[in-house]
Amino acid sequence: MAIADFKPVLLQNAGIDGGCTLDVYRSRGGYEGLAKTLKMSTDEVVEEVAKANLRGRGGAGFPAGVKWGFLPKDRTQTLLCVNADESEPPTFCNRVLMEEDPHQLIEGTIIAGYATKAQIAYIYIRVEFHEQFHILQKALDEAYAAGLLGKNILGSGYDLECYIHRGAGAYVCGEETGLIESIEGKRGYPRIKPPFPAVEGLFHQPTVVNNVETLSCLPHIMTRGADWFLGVGPEGSNGPKLFCISGPVNRPGCYESTMELTVRELIEDPRFGGGMRDGKKIKAVLPGGISMGILTADELDMKLDFADPRNYGLLGLGTAAAVVVDEDTDIRLVLANMARFYSHESCGQCTQCREGTAWMHKMASRLALGAGRMEDLDLLFNVPDTMGMMPGLSICGLSDGAAFAIKTTVKKFRNELEERIREQDDGVVQNVLAVLN
Amino acid sequence: MSWPTIDRNQSPVVSDAPAVLNDAVREKIRSFFDRYDTKRAVLLPALHVVQDALGYVSWKAMMEIAELLGIHPSSVFDTLSFYTHFWTHPKGKKVVVSCRNLSCTIMGGAKVLDAIKEELGIGEHQTTEDGRYSLVTEECLAACDHAPCLLINEKLHKCVNPADVPALLADENNDRLDMPRSDLFDAPGRSESSEPIAAGGGNGKKD
Repeated sequence: MAIADFKPVLLQNAGIDGGCTLDVYRSRGGYEGLAKTLKMSTDEVVEEVAKANLRGRGGAGFPAGVKWGFLPKDRTQTLLCVNADESEPPTFCNRVLMEEDPHQLIEGTIIAGYATKAQIAYIYIRVEFHEQFHILQKALDEAYAAGLLGKNILGSGYDLECYIHRGAGAYVCGEETGLIESIEGKRGYPRIKPPFPAVEGLFHQPTVVNNVETLSCLPHIMTRGADWFLGVGPEGSNGPKLFCISGPVNRPGCYESTMELTVRELIEDPRFGGGMRDGKKIKAVLPGGISMGILTADELDMKLDFADPRNYGLLGLGTAAAVVVDEDTDIRLVLANMARFYSHESCGQCTQCREGTAWMHKMASRLALGAGRMEDLDLLFNVPDTMGMMPGLSICGLSDGAAFAIKTTVKKFRNELEERIREQDDGVVQNVLAVLN
Repeated sequence: MSWPTIDRNQSPVVSDAPAVLNDAVREKIRSFFDRYDTKRAVLLPALHVVQDALGYVSWKAMMEIAELLGIHPSSVFDTLSFYTHFWTHPKGKKVVVSCRNLSCTIMGGAKVLDAIKEELGIGEHQTTEDGRYSLVTEECLAACDHAPCLLINEKLHKCVNPADVPALLADENNDRLDMPRSDLFDAPGRSESSEPIAAGGGNGKKD
């Protein structure tokens, strides 16, 4: 299916009058997937989702059906956590899904709950999502009143309670075990794995954590079938996907497409980003949330699928949220902003992440203030190699994200950074050092 | 050289001081108990309710939450101190949360922040003398399509222009949502009064 023929699926109710209400959602085919699901056995549902190759939309791209398959067969209780702690800059597709179509998420949650035999679902929503919380809670109340949640859902004998749990401002709670700790009323410290949540998660029970967008795909897989889902977009990166675009483009926003989309199309196409504002030139793009790494203006033909980002030195597709850096923005500012973010959001459990992000922040800030050192560029490039999860050092992936963001920026924009350092004014350097020391 | 010292022998809480959490707040916190396997899991909901009721979470409130949940007071502070949303000292009636992350920065967020600072005459993590506003910066608010953006209490303000900041901050209703609200995490009785029950701002007194 070409992009031109693609009709929005996840966003099909976006912008429709009363789209958040149960009546309108139902009138447009809502909860039909659930009705179909409840007539199937749980194994059949898991099989269907596994067959659809629904890869997690939260960033890691792990197939949801496989994740459910890790649950112990002899479990007596299962808990489902919905990850609505969307905090990866500059991602906002979950926010859009919750404010435009809360019932789609709730339907997906019930389907996932049924497939995993969960009795309770917790929707962990970040506290900054005030409007979205109110919309979602209202939708939940409607669903309860209509017998779609609670005891004996639609007469099927399946019970599911669904509660909203509000976060309190921590990026790391978007990591699934950090999220679990946070629901348990603790600091959002990610846990050492194994045991994976599927075996021992929330309250020591088998737990599944799925992202909002992942769950929002489920109603459509159940109504249209796994084969339809497999046929949308390229093999291995199938299914509709939301893409965010922000920065100085004409039409910043959240758009739906297949994963055949390139970064250039996302920015330039009048159906998506609509080109750069005031005809400005592109300096760089961070195409998958900032943690995946950076692209130069020459690399815009990268496909936004699960495979291609690797060919450009990026960590992966991530959240498929692109921010465009225009020619007027100093790359030092971008570097310092990212470094500050990771330093602020590192939970501090792992020494190399806590210290590594803090030192990267110090070096990048010094650079941005106009007192950078050439040798710091080497350090910024090398520090990430010693702190990631991939070398097996960190509990969670935050440091990998920090590593790829900083490392790819220093690598791909080294010339500009060196030039800025050479241009530095001695007086400014002395002033900055006087403050720093 | 000298610096202020904290007397560790002096408990921050006067034990015979009257309770700060009233029965309605306690009842509200208890209403979350059957949602979770452990009482400790009610901590985040409890902190949300208490902060809404008192304006911030005082030491005394932490002690009382601990008692209610059957956990050690240090566990309450341990959790609370991890999250940026909770205040341990009085804040203003309205909290301005200005986004400082990448999209907002590229779109001129720093100028918006400067305009807020100038208009309110305060810096980050400070409260105006009249107790109307506190100002903080926050990492990505997940509204990058509306950059630069900021929150005033619950209300998200999109594509803020630095020149519009004075008018925005002067607007009495700049923190009101024009939509049906859920009172799940509100202080009991909040919906009847138009303002937080006790904003706690301005007088600087604790407990």
